Amino acid sequence: MLLQLLLHLLIVLLFPPLLLGVITRTKALFAGRKGPPLLQPYYDLHRLWQKGFVISRTTTWVFRAGPIVGLTVPLLAALLIPFGAIPAPFSFNGDLILFVYLFALARFFTASSALDTGSSFEGMGAAREVTFACLVEPTLLFALIVLVRLSGGFSLNQLLGKHLVTSWQSAGASLLLLVIALFVVLLVENCRIPFDDPNTHLELTMIHEVMVLDHSGPAFAMILYGASLKLLVLGALLVRLLLPWDSGNPGVDALIFMAGMLGIAVTIGVIESVMARLQLVRIPQLLIGTTMISIFALVLVLR
Amino acid sequence: MNLLLAAIALLMSGALMSLIAGRRQNLAYTFALTAISGAAFLIAGAVMPLLLHPQTLIASHNWLVPGGTFALSVDPLAAFFLLPIAILPPLAAIYAGAYLKDDGKSRNLAPHWALYALLMASLIMVVMAANVLLFIAAWEIMTISSFFLVSYDHQHSEVREAAWLYLLVAHFGLLLITAFFLLAGSHCGSLNFVDFAPLTQAGPTLTAILFLLALGGFGIKAGLFPFFVWLPAAHPVAPSHVSALMSGLVVNAGLYGVLRAMLLLPPLSALWGAIILTLGLLGALYGIAMAMLQKDVKRCLAYSTVENIGIIFMGIGLGVLATAQQLPVVAALAFAGALLHIWNHTLFKGLLFLGAGTLLHATGTRNLDQMGGLLKRMPQAGLLIIGGSVALAALPPLNGFASEWLIYLGLLHAGVAMSGVSALGISMVLVLFGIVGTLAVVTFTRLIGIALLGEARSPAAAKAHDATPAMLWPMRLLLLGCLLIGLLPQLTLHLLTPVLNQMTPTAVPELNATFAQSGQIGLWGMILCAALIIVALLLTALQRRRPTTPATTWGCGFPRPTARMAYTAESYSGIAHHHLLPQALQPKLSTKRPRSLFPATVQFFQHSQEALLQRCYQPLFSALAERCVRLRWLQQGKQHLYLLYIFICCAGLMLWNILADKGL
Repeated sequence: MLLQLLLHLLIVLLFPPLLLGVITRTKALFAGRKGPPLLQPYYDLHRLWQKGFVISRTTTWVFRAGPIVGLTVPLLAALLIPFGAIPAPFSFNGDLILFVYLFALARFFTASSALDTGSSFEGMGAAREVTFACLVEPTLLFALIVLVRLSGGFSLNQLLGKHLVTSWQSAGASLLLLVIALFVVLLVENCRIPFDDPNTHLELTMIHEVMVLDHSGPAFAMILYGASLKLLVLGALLVRLLLPWDSGNPGVDALIFMAGMLGIAVTIGVIESVMARLQLVRIPQLLIGTTMISIFALVLVLR
Repeated sequence: MNLLLAAIALLMSGALMSLIAGRRQNLAYTFALTAISGAAFLIAGAVMPLLLHPQTLIASHNWLVPGGTFALSVDPLAAFFLLPIAILPPLAAIYAGAYLKDDGKSRNLAPHWALYALLMASLIMVVMAANVLLFIAAWEIMTISSFFLVSYDHQHSEVREAAWLYLLVAHFGLLLITAFFLLAGSHCGSLNFVDFAPLTQAGPTLTAILFLLALGGFGIKAGLFPFFVWLPAAHPVAPSHVSALMSGLVVNAGLYGVLRAMLLLPPLSALWGAIILTLGLLGALYGIAMAMLQKDVKRCLAYSTVENIGIIFMGIGLGVLATAQQLPVVAALAFAGALLHIWNHTLFKGLLFLGAGTLLHATGTRNLDQMGGLLKRMPQAGLLIIGGSVALAALPPLNGFASEWLIYLGLLHAGVAMSGVSALGISMVLVLFGIVGTLAVVTFTRLIGIALLGEARSPAAAKAHDATPAMLWPMRLLLLGCLLIGLLPQLTLHLLTPVLNQMTPTAVPELNATFAQSGQIGLWGMILCAALIIVALLLTALQRRRPTTPATTWGCGFPRPTARMAYTAESYSGIAHHHLLPQALQPKLSTKRPRSLFPATVQFFQHSQEALLQRCYQPLFSALAERCVRLRWLQQGKQHLYLLYIFICCAGLMLWNILADKGL
């Protein structure tokens, strides 16, 4: 038990930036470049942490609340979700709703923090972020309902518990659709191509990155670390669905989980290399399509 | 019981004294405030024991009015609705003293204070009344006193129109309520609620008719979809403390009516549960979608009331559905969520309307696009408004989340327990409820982002001043209430036990488990608060040590950004309403597009209308009015003719009475 808790916390605290490094490296390899070292995100965070602040005169305390909530929420959400076969340290009936609403809290303060700068670009990003969330949330909720029905439990630990191995045999089609839908959720929520481009330099086309334009130094480090944590937390849902086995040894379980996460990072890197960014008006259509897929997954379970 | 009667007597004498004080403004206010706060303490003293040790108080006195006795009864349900009446009116009255200070120099406020005390007294009486005539009299006093309070700024035509609409719709509701009570009374042969016991044995048709009348009549007051059309017009035009009372308490009277009718009638079938659930969901979706489009701060809050009432009805509907289908766990969660949300709504909607009042007071406008940057100029009020917005968007760790979480969990349990199409339906409800939550985040980030953050958008906003302590302290107490319920929901839920016992007796064994689960939400609220504080302290400590350079906001290299370049309320919600809303709800746009090579001034104007009122009710009622023109000859405008009508009516009734006695 204690070992599992320790492993869980270690993964939460140390592992996330590596995922960003893997994505960047994959993209570099596809482009025929050598790419930065895998540990570059850690160096970046360290460098940002050492720097001073540049803060717009327009802003108030709400501007600083953005990074604070943006870091705290994924940290706490990570305590609610099991990492592969390692159960979540905290679990209670209905924690999945808390999980969803914690991210809503983060969105509330990230968007407010962006509006606090008074910049039209950041207002634009905030408007897009909160609007697209309305289209992503149904997919996530449908996916959670399917898992609730399959497991009969109401906590994330039970939802992503041992029953998944048998569920793949009884409701494989439905789970497959869920994996697709949740992967889209993962891409949107983490601002990945084809929905958003974390590396673009055109403020007009960005969603998430444009909201954090004015943050600097340690505050920006908090945002980057929070973003990588979010990738880990949402990826954990997907990894557990795809690798539902339980080895019995916490160390091996942790390794399986981390391998799965790295696999997801590589997949994201491949997608970012082979696809272009979608036109902004196409994004809602694609998201509604994903919601339809998740409804279909639910219907398959209900039959 | 005596404490409550004393409270009413105190309020009436306070109203009278402030009228007598007349133009001596401070004296009138002191009388009213003393009476209101005294009454609040009396109510709290009378009600708390009832919620802790459930019992029903009954009193009955003879009076001169025909049709039963002067009957009063305070059961746990009544006590549940009395407690908010002890909290919001005194706080809003303290606030109003400072809010109306400038008005007091130019006009006589004594009638306002008298009506305010009268409204509070009638709210208490509505909840206590156990006789049909007493109830309807109290209900009517509540409507009329709130009508006069709403039409405070009656020199503006907008206010007069909204107040008239309120009065008209409220009386249409009164017709339905009277029909409900008379039908129920004639079935039981008495007008006292005590004798309504035969009603619980009523057949399905009678039950359906009665409940439909009650749902319509009380739903109009509560702002139930599709009867809420008066609400977004009337709530914003009232002075802010009255808006707080209207949204926080008067709608509760409607909810009380619906719940009381449910207790008087036999247990409702699952179909009724599904109908209430659907109406609630539609109201929540419609309310929040319209709230997202409003430029007027208070109109946005009024639509958010429609949303929250929708959520409460969702909880009630799910509870009814679950009770009928013997799912006690779901019923316990749903009713607990609905009841807790009623209290929560009183707290945070009161807070936000008072907050909107501080913005209005500071800038002189309700238009979001004329505000901007107010958090810098009014840090205290701004902080409280942001807190209220977080509560209203149902985000942890505040109270809105605790009650919505209970309803979500109820829906999840129902989704597992049911099968086939009904499970799909419940899942759809859950997901649409989730969309309501995300739209609430859009609405309230827009509200605070456009009004409080960024740069000032008008000279008035640039000169704004923070609110006075007398305005801030009531808001602080309300936010403290929101935080306490959010962190300790299980303690609040224990107060609801006797009410839940009344609403869904079968679910009682499940209550303790439900409360224990909600304790986890409170625990996580505390963990969240602690973690946020630690990270905030860390960032602040770092900021002290590291060099901090103030600069202008990054504008793509443009060095002098102005407030005119910032995102406006319309542009913030533009992408959402283009992609998410159906055509009928889209706001009306009037634009002048640039045509030539060197364009002249370009204009863009967006106006969001009440679609349901304009597209359904107005055509319907104007068509009805055209048909009714034929009866115009009855209306001669001569007094003796009307006296003749009354005489003919009375004579006819007497004749009928005599004939009925003889068995003809």
